[in-house]
Amino acid sequence: MSKTLIRGAKVLGGEVRDVLVDGETIAEVGTGLSAEGATVVEAEGLILLPGLVDLHTHLREPGREDSETVLTGTRAAASGGYTAVFAMANTFPVADTAGVVEQVWRLGREHGYCDVQPIGAVTVGLEGRKLAELGAMHESAAGVTVFSDDGKCVDDAVIMRRALEYVKAFGGVVAQHAQEPRLTEGAQMNEGVVSAELGLGGWPAVAEESIIARDVLLAEHVGSRVHICHLSTAGSVEIVRWAKSRGIDVTAEVTPHHLLLTDEMVRTYDPVYKVNPPLRTERDVTALREALADGTIDIVATDHAPHPHEDKDCEWAAAAMGMVGLETALSVVQHTMVDTGLLDWAAVADRMSFAPARIGGATGHGRPVSAGEPANLTLVDPAYRGTVDPADFASRSRNTPYEGRELPGRVTHTFLRGRATLMDGKLA
Amino acid sequence: MKRHLISAADLTRDDAVLVLDTAEEMARMADRPIKKLPTLRGRTICNLFFEDSTRTRISFEAAEKRLSADVINFSAKGSSVSKGESLKDTAQTLAAMGVDAVVIRHSASGAPYRLANSGWIDAPVINAGDGTHQHPTQALLDAFTLRRRLVGHDAGIGQDLSGRRVTIVGDVLHSRVARSNVDLLHTLGAEVTLVAPPTLVPVGVDSWPCEVSYDLDSALPKCDAVMMLRVQRERMNAAFFPTEREYSRRYGLDAERMARIPEHAVVMHPGPMVRGMEITAEVADSPRCTVVEQVANGVFTRMAVLYLLLGGNEPAVTQPSSRTEEK
Amino acid sequence: MDAPQQSDARPVLEGPDIARVLTRIAHEIVERAKGADDVVLLGIPTRGVFLARRLAEKLEQITGRATPVGSLDITMYRDDLRLRPARALARTDIPGDGIDRCLVVLVDDVLFSGRTIRAALDALGDLGRPRAVQLAVLVDRGHRELPIRADYVGKNLPTSLRETVKVQLSEEDGRDAVLLGVREPAPTGEK
Repeated sequence: MSKTLIRGAKVLGGEVRDVLVDGETIAEVGTGLSAEGATVVEAEGLILLPGLVDLHTHLREPGREDSETVLTGTRAAASGGYTAVFAMANTFPVADTAGVVEQVWRLGREHGYCDVQPIGAVTVGLEGRKLAELGAMHESAAGVTVFSDDGKCVDDAVIMRRALEYVKAFGGVVAQHAQEPRLTEGAQMNEGVVSAELGLGGWPAVAEESIIARDVLLAEHVGSRVHICHLSTAGSVEIVRWAKSRGIDVTAEVTPHHLLLTDEMVRTYDPVYKVNPPLRTERDVTALREALADGTIDIVATDHAPHPHEDKDCEWAAAAMGMVGLETALSVVQHTMVDTGLLDWAAVADRMSFAPARIGGATGHGRPVSAGEPANLTLVDPAYRGTVDPADFASRSRNTPYEGRELPGRVTHTFLRGRATLMDGKLA
Repeated sequence: MKRHLISAADLTRDDAVLVLDTAEEMARMADRPIKKLPTLRGRTICNLFFEDSTRTRISFEAAEKRLSADVINFSAKGSSVSKGESLKDTAQTLAAMGVDAVVIRHSASGAPYRLANSGWIDAPVINAGDGTHQHPTQALLDAFTLRRRLVGHDAGIGQDLSGRRVTIVGDVLHSRVARSNVDLLHTLGAEVTLVAPPTLVPVGVDSWPCEVSYDLDSALPKCDAVMMLRVQRERMNAAFFPTEREYSRRYGLDAERMARIPEHAVVMHPGPMVRGMEITAEVADSPRCTVVEQVANGVFTRMAVLYLLLGGNEPAVTQPSSRTEEK
Repeated sequence: MDAPQQSDARPVLEGPDIARVLTRIAHEIVERAKGADDVVLLGIPTRGVFLARRLAEKLEQITGRATPVGSLDITMYRDDLRLRPARALARTDIPGDGIDRCLVVLVDDVLFSGRTIRAALDALGDLGRPRAVQLAVLVDRGHRELPIRADYVGKNLPTSLRETVKVQLSEEDGRDAVLLGVREPAPTGEK
């Protein structure tokens, strides 16, 4: 078995330690460890984090291999410091059967860049009418525990209630894409000052907030837990904060782009800023950052949504919604949360690894950096400053809103069960 | 002036006055035996219409032909666009053909902005109406009509619309005409009041440089012009208002309401009118209604815009204006 | 249209000279047009218009009849439109009875390359069909680039291309004068 010695890294941004990886596990954490027989990674000045876990990734395979595949998506994930990603169900065919989820799970295994944990659809074909075979997906080799119709909202209150209840049988969780469909018909961007001026259909904050309010109350009523995808408004934060204070079992995520960008970007009519939920206002961004800092929002999830060039190289209304995010997430979090003093690196480890692994039940991920734990690890150089160039992406798609923007930090190494998937910034 | 005309907000006060003054000269040409100028000879302008609009298209076409430009009309219906060709492909095709300017009408807000800024084609872009965003030449022809009526043909030269009060009534939410007029009338110093049922006013309107009222009757006695917007009957299916009858009763302009407008004030409508809905036939056909005049003025105004953007090696140069800098 | 103001520009015609020259041109028009009863004066903006109006007054003093006077903006007929940003238009104002079957006398301040007059002739063609067209200029400075000549010339002023000719009229400039100066090393100029 191969050995790797990570020498002199700041573990979770704190104490400087050597970490010896032997085979798939962490053998020893200490100082002055012997490098004998080991590949040495000099990590002075680097921060060692548990391998990142993304609870919200679109890998597009099967069906839209022109935008991403499990291979390209997991390479992008490794590049961004991730060791596990949860793959959303809105593929073609939809991941609403054991067959599809097993296929995705197996592809992840075979490629070996990053563990892929499929998310199962809540309803057949994401149509919101009939529950998919949630139990069968759970019992499949993929062992699905997270269910979501992401991209679409489970807007029927009865279907949502039943799903919340049903997954209790095997400790599953429903991840809701909160978007009241009638309030968002034809919606193109956040409804407010900018949409009024640009003449683009408005996407009111209440369309998100009303569903979150309903769902936390449903979760309370049936005694289940619910996860809220990509929370984007200040009002949503208040509802989740209230629900948590009431003891409701709710968790929530925020995307990196909602921590940084606002609807002012839409003034360019460049569809690279078109995303669901839409970019909101400065006030919302501030509220989201505070909520991530105080734990109201549990995790950062990328909502990595690759699209081929032609789906973005067009007029706004015709463009697809979504942004790639795996390869820029940590930099955006450093920029918006760490460099602003809102989070320290230990808290980043929590929001991007421990907590998402816990919510999604990703065994072997989101574990402490200590002896005996699986060696899923990420090294970050926080002093790095660079300009985002989509040509460098491992993702098949280039639809990043950060092109040409200077962002701090760079993932230098990613280890999946002791094996380097990313070494000195280069994919294995 | 900027190279493209995408939004009425692109125009400074001096730009707008220059367009109106130039349009006044173009209007004088209408009385000549030969209604043609050689100015844009050898220039090719494409009217790229992704959305049906016979009026706007023939108005631009008339303006282009009177300036001797070569005109290519491209209508999306029955073309490769309906077969899935993108705006980008169409733009690149036109660029390859050596088009000197593009007049674009599109149902998607922002399509002209995209065309102008995407690098797909390097030609000036003139917005002939995009979605619910902007329709700057409509606002210019409305301002031209207003200036002629309220200030005078010759007396208006060099003048803006300072202190004039314009009430815009109707479906503001879905109206690119309203957005363009609010921007341009404000730039020209006029005071604008929007009147509509609250359902047809966009969230975020409070940032616009105008007043908003839900009551037509209180706005009428103190205005110099009333601009009626078209209200599509389908809107009531989406619960924007209960019935056509109720809309007409609360926001329609009939003879009784017109009697409350000051003597000198005019009634405008961008057309096509929905008679009986937002305006009664009696009002539409009255001499105070400028609808037909607006059509004629549309050609002069568009000639002015085309000349000022394309009549040199670059657009006409004006001084930056202090008024628009406030915005 | 104007060359930059020269500090060392030297007057070649002063106010009284200009008045005298215009009187002479008016007499010449009456003489050549046999009474000038079908003359229409069209000034080319800006200063040509003022000169046309002055000439009209003089004609009225001579003939006792009012002579129709107007302005003819040639901007949109220029052959050098694409060398500069789009220019603001000046007023074209054709007297009420039009120009058909009239003797149109075009009036301009300086005759130089002849291109302005070429444009004016094109513009006239779109306005009607005069019996004949003649040209009156205050100064002819030579250097023609087209086969065009003036019928009435206030002053022939041989110049080099390095020199500038600037006409000042009280209506626009506060005083009457024709100034001859030397061009600063600058790109293009027309007069």
